[in-house]
Amino acid sequence: MKALAARRRSRHAPVALLLMALLVIGGLYAILAPSTAVAAPTATSTNDVATGKKLFEANCATCHGASAQGTASAPSLVGVGAAAVDFQVGTGRMPAQVSGPQVQAKAVQFDAAQIEQLAAYVASLGAGPAIPSADDVDPAKGNVANGMALFRTNCAMCHNAVGIGGPLSQGKYAPSLMKASPTHIFEAMLTGPQSMPVFNSANLSAQDKRDVIAYIDAQKQGSPGGSTLGSIGPVSEGLWAWVIGIGLLIGAAVWIGAKSS
Amino acid sequence: MSTHLNPGHKTSNEVARTAHALPDRFPNPGHPEHHDRRSDFDPAADKRAERQVVVLLTISILGTIGFIVAYFAAPPGQTVASMRTSNLLLGLGLFFGLGGIGAAAVHWAKSLMNDHEKSEERHPQRSSDETRAAAVEVLAEGAADSGIGRRGVLKGALVSALALFPLMIVLPLIGDVGQDWDVSKFKHTWWKKGTKLAKDPSGQPIKAADVTIGSVFHVIPADLHEAAHPLDEKAKAVVLLVRLDPRDLKEADDRKGWSYDGIVAYSKICTHVGCPVALYEQQTHHLLCPCHQSTFDVGDGAKVIFGPAKRPLPQLPIAVDAEGYLVAQSDFHEPVGPSFWDRLK
Repeated sequence: MKALAARRRSRHAPVALLLMALLVIGGLYAILAPSTAVAAPTATSTNDVATGKKLFEANCATCHGASAQGTASAPSLVGVGAAAVDFQVGTGRMPAQVSGPQVQAKAVQFDAAQIEQLAAYVASLGAGPAIPSADDVDPAKGNVANGMALFRTNCAMCHNAVGIGGPLSQGKYAPSLMKASPTHIFEAMLTGPQSMPVFNSANLSAQDKRDVIAYIDAQKQGSPGGSTLGSIGPVSEGLWAWVIGIGLLIGAAVWIGAKSS
Repeated sequence: MSTHLNPGHKTSNEVARTAHALPDRFPNPGHPEHHDRRSDFDPAADKRAERQVVVLLTISILGTIGFIVAYFAAPPGQTVASMRTSNLLLGLGLFFGLGGIGAAAVHWAKSLMNDHEKSEERHPQRSSDETRAAAVEVLAEGAADSGIGRRGVLKGALVSALALFPLMIVLPLIGDVGQDWDVSKFKHTWWKKGTKLAKDPSGQPIKAADVTIGSVFHVIPADLHEAAHPLDEKAKAVVLLVRLDPRDLKEADDRKGWSYDGIVAYSKICTHVGCPVALYEQQTHHLLCPCHQSTFDVGDGAKVIFGPAKRPLPQLPIAVDAEGYLVAQSDFHEPVGPSFWDRLK
C-alpha cells in the first residue's frame, strides 16, 4: 500500500487521507468479504471516486479516453456500471495487454480496493449495473434444476453443456466457467462482456442468475461416472475408445494367440 | 480355380507366368518345427507357471471379495463424489474378478496344457456323382410336373404375387416413420398474427422495453402450450430475438416494417441441416451455428457470410401491442429449417 501510495503522483494533495481510506477499506474488506467483492453502490465515497479517477487516468485513459468517453480503439465506459469494471478488471481482462481476436483473462493487475475505486469512478459517470451482493451469487441459494433449464437454453450453445467453454468464429471463444467466481459469472450475464450478449434482469431475473450459478457450481463436482475426458463429447470419448480401448483388445488378442515360450 | 487344377485349360498368360516363377502347385510345407516350451523340460518353470495361474486366480478371488466389501462399505450415496467412488470400486472389483479368471484360463492353457500340434484333414465337400444326378432329376421332374414352361398365365400370377409380397414389409416401415403424409404443415409454424413472443423455457411474454441493446432472448410462442404436440411445434417455432443499435441494422426495403426499434427476430433453425443456431456474438452481430460453422449476419438480414448454409435465416415480422408486449405480425414468410423441396424447382 505504501509503495503504491509513493508511486502515486504527489502533487495531488490528499495523499495521506487517501492512504488512510485505502487502509480502512482494505482492512474491512479483508475481514468482511474474503472471496466476493461486496460493494453496496450507495456506500461509495467521493474519495473512492477520486482515487478511482486517478487510477483510471493512469491505466485506462489511453484507450478509453481521458473522461472514459471511448475512442476508436475502445468503447465508451459511460453507463457500463460498476459490475462491468469489477468483471473486466477483476478477471484480469482489463487493462488489455495484447491485441488479438479477444481480450483474455490473465493475472489480475489491481488489488480488490483499487478495483472497487475504479468501479466507483466508472459508476459515477452514468447509471449502470451494480456489483451483486454475496447473497445474490450464493450457489447454495440457487435451484440447480431450474439453473440447468436456463443454462441449456441461454448459455450451453457457447459455453458447453457443463460450462467448459467452446470456440466461436474467427479465433474468438467462450471461456470455461469452471474457475470463474460466482460474482464474475453474475456480472458477465448482467453486462455482456465482449462477444457475450447481455442477459438483463428482465431476461434472467436475479433468482434465475443465482440458479444458473448454482448449476455451474454443481458441475465442479465432476461426473459420477469417473473421468470426464474433458467433457467435449464424442471427440475425446471416441479417441479413448478407438485408441486405448481397441488397442487393449488387440493386445489381449495377440497375447492369447502367441505361443508360450 | 479349375484352371489351376487342370493344366490343360490354362490361359496363355498363366502359362507364361508359371513357367517363369511359380510352381504349378505349392508343396505342403507341413507343420513348423516344434520348439518345446521351458515348462515342458524344466520342472521349475512348470512349477512357476502353475504358481502364476494360482496368483491370477487369487487376484480374481480378491477382486470378488473387494467388490462385495465395496458394495457395503461404499454405497453410491447422494453426492457425485460418493457415486464416483462407488462406481470406481465396483468397477475395479469386476475387472479383477473377471479379468483374473480369464487371464488364468489363458495362461493355464498356454503354459501348462500340452502344446502338441494336431491337424485334422477337411472332408471333401462335393457330393457323390450319383447323389448329384438324383437331385437334378428330382428338380427336373418337379419343374416338368408343374408345367411352368407352358402355363404362361400361371407364371405371370406367381411372379406378380412374389413381387408384391415385400410391400407388406416395406409399407409399414416407411409409413410408421411419420404416419402422416401431410407435408403442408412443414410450411407453417405456430406463429400467427398477434402471437406474443415469450421466453424459453418459462413462457413469460417479453416487453419491447425489456430487450436492451446487446440482449439476446431465446423465444417461443406464448401460446405454445396450447398445441397438441408442444415439442413438435417448438422444434419449428423457436426464435432468437436480438436488439441492435438501429444504426447497425441494415434492412431490405420490403422488410423495413418487420423489426421494432432495432429488435429483430430470426428463426433459430439453421437453413443448412436444422441445428439450433444460437451462438450470437454481441459485438460483430454474427450468429454462428455450432454444427457446421455456418455464420449469419444478424445486422444484415441474417445473410450467410460463412459456412455451408445456402439461405439466410427466415425472419419473423414483429410488432408491439398496446400493452408493450412484442407480438408476431404473421407466421414466417418462408418455411423454416433446411432446404425444402419447393426450392428444388
